[in-house]
Amino acid sequence: MTTVTAPALPAGRTIRLGLSRAGYEIRSYFRQGDTVFFTFLFPLLMLTIFSVAFSESEFGRTPDGDPVTAAQYYLPAMLAAGVLLSGLQNMSIDIAMEKSDGTLKRLAGTPLSVVSYFIGKIGQVLVTAIAQAALLIVVAATAFEVPLPTEPEKWMTFAWVFLLGVTTCAILGIGLSGLPRSGKSATAVIIPIVLVLQFISGIYIQFSMLPEWLQNIANLFPLAWLAHGMRSVFLPESYAAVEVGGEWNLTGIAIVCGIWLVVGLIVTRLTFRWIRKDG
Amino acid sequence: MTTENVVEVRALTKSYKGVEAVRGIDFDIRRGETFALLGPNGAGKSTTIEILEGYRDRTGGTVSVLGVDPKHGGLPWKARLGIVLQSTGESGSATVREQLRHFAGLYPNPRDVDEVIAAVGLEQKAGTRIGKLSGGQKRRVDVALGIIGRPELLFLDEPTTGFDPEARRQFWELIRGLSGEGTSILLTTHYLDEAAQLADRAGIIAGGELVAIGAVDELGGADARIPVVRWVEDGALRQERTTEPGRLVAAITASGEPERLEVIRPSLEDIYLELVGETAAASALTEGTRA
Repeated sequence: MTTVTAPALPAGRTIRLGLSRAGYEIRSYFRQGDTVFFTFLFPLLMLTIFSVAFSESEFGRTPDGDPVTAAQYYLPAMLAAGVLLSGLQNMSIDIAMEKSDGTLKRLAGTPLSVVSYFIGKIGQVLVTAIAQAALLIVVAATAFEVPLPTEPEKWMTFAWVFLLGVTTCAILGIGLSGLPRSGKSATAVIIPIVLVLQFISGIYIQFSMLPEWLQNIANLFPLAWLAHGMRSVFLPESYAAVEVGGEWNLTGIAIVCGIWLVVGLIVTRLTFRWIRKDG
Repeated sequence: MTTENVVEVRALTKSYKGVEAVRGIDFDIRRGETFALLGPNGAGKSTTIEILEGYRDRTGGTVSVLGVDPKHGGLPWKARLGIVLQSTGESGSATVREQLRHFAGLYPNPRDVDEVIAAVGLEQKAGTRIGKLSGGQKRRVDVALGIIGRPELLFLDEPTTGFDPEARRQFWELIRGLSGEGTSILLTTHYLDEAAQLADRAGIIAGGELVAIGAVDELGGADARIPVVRWVEDGALRQERTTEPGRLVAAITASGEPERLEVIRPSLEDIYLELVGETAAASALTEGTRA
């Protein structure tokens, strides 16, 4: 038999196709009404509800004596929730669906590398998470008059916590996508995980009001740390007093998220397949 | 004449949890040829085609597709294949043109997007989201995605399921065109007229084994093609197989006009059913002996 040597594919193709995938994925994302609502707009909806429901309440005062409104108090929590939803929830459900509806099988038959596929997915998550955070911050500042930090260091903290959080959640989402056995069960498997995590991590309930043992459990996962990091940016310095250890622990965020990121990468490397062979 | 094989399959076996779905299959597909793999559901057709596509690992035997073992087929290998899977249920929020343009970008030397859309007859639907298309139209998108990369070897797994008769004829024209351009094609289908129309050669799989292989008009051997003369005599149905039906008919009509006289040349479907039926009967017999 004659062996025909295939022409080599051009270099840089993996990245180029990854970016092309990202554009394709982002367009698909915004065309799906349910993901736009439950993933993209959900934190904004929750922020609005909290702001309106607790409009008469005070969530402590700034050192200058100004009251901290519900909107200001919940903005960091909703930013953290957005990172979790856009990263973990969206990614895991999306991939689980694509596994079961044949999208991955089709892609597996094309000269698209898995790396390009993931660049596309992570690109989609990054762009939607950034748009979501921007929307939350703009609405909070304009509609609910939340004072935003003016110090550049605060925004630097925001940037790295946000990017580390999105990346970690996205990678963990890929790892979790193997958990549901079918696309239909994907939401039923993933949403409870995401919901429980939000409740114990101080997203809907003030973290300082949870019993210490529950805080300790929550602090094993990245979400509580992301919310902690966001609070350090958007709440007055004096609020550090009610945190675990009585201070903002930015190193802790980097360590816990970093460990989960590595775990997620290993799980992804070991478990992700285009298709379940011989399933 | 140089004959180069794009597919070589030798002693291919595949077991699932101890059950042998494919039990020792051999066949070749020559470059430029259209080869049809026929057989009833569960016979091992899809398992075989998915092993060739690299979707499944074989249990035994050797397989070469475009000179590469599909187990180790990398991206440059995939760039030379076109795969139309049996059926897909993608949600499809992209339009037909967006989807084709995106997939064209994955290949080093793709076909022109609008030409492919026209070739599958979806010009009117180019701007429609795939999720909003009918089943037959979605299937045409599948076919379009299979050929957009200008494949050397095209796998078509039951491509015309859900097509109306006119769409099937258009599809046949498209496949003849691709074949004319030199594309090698492996087709599985339940429509034997489709295989007869398109394939140069065919193999029939039943019970995990290849029970017949050959040129479509020679399949089953010369004996299977011997015409049958059938008529009614004294109220009883009579039939006789003969290589000289004209002579037989003349002999019958010599004694008067017979009732319901017909000369039947076995179609591919008749031959297929006979071959598959024999296997089913044989395996039923084996099962019976075992019990």
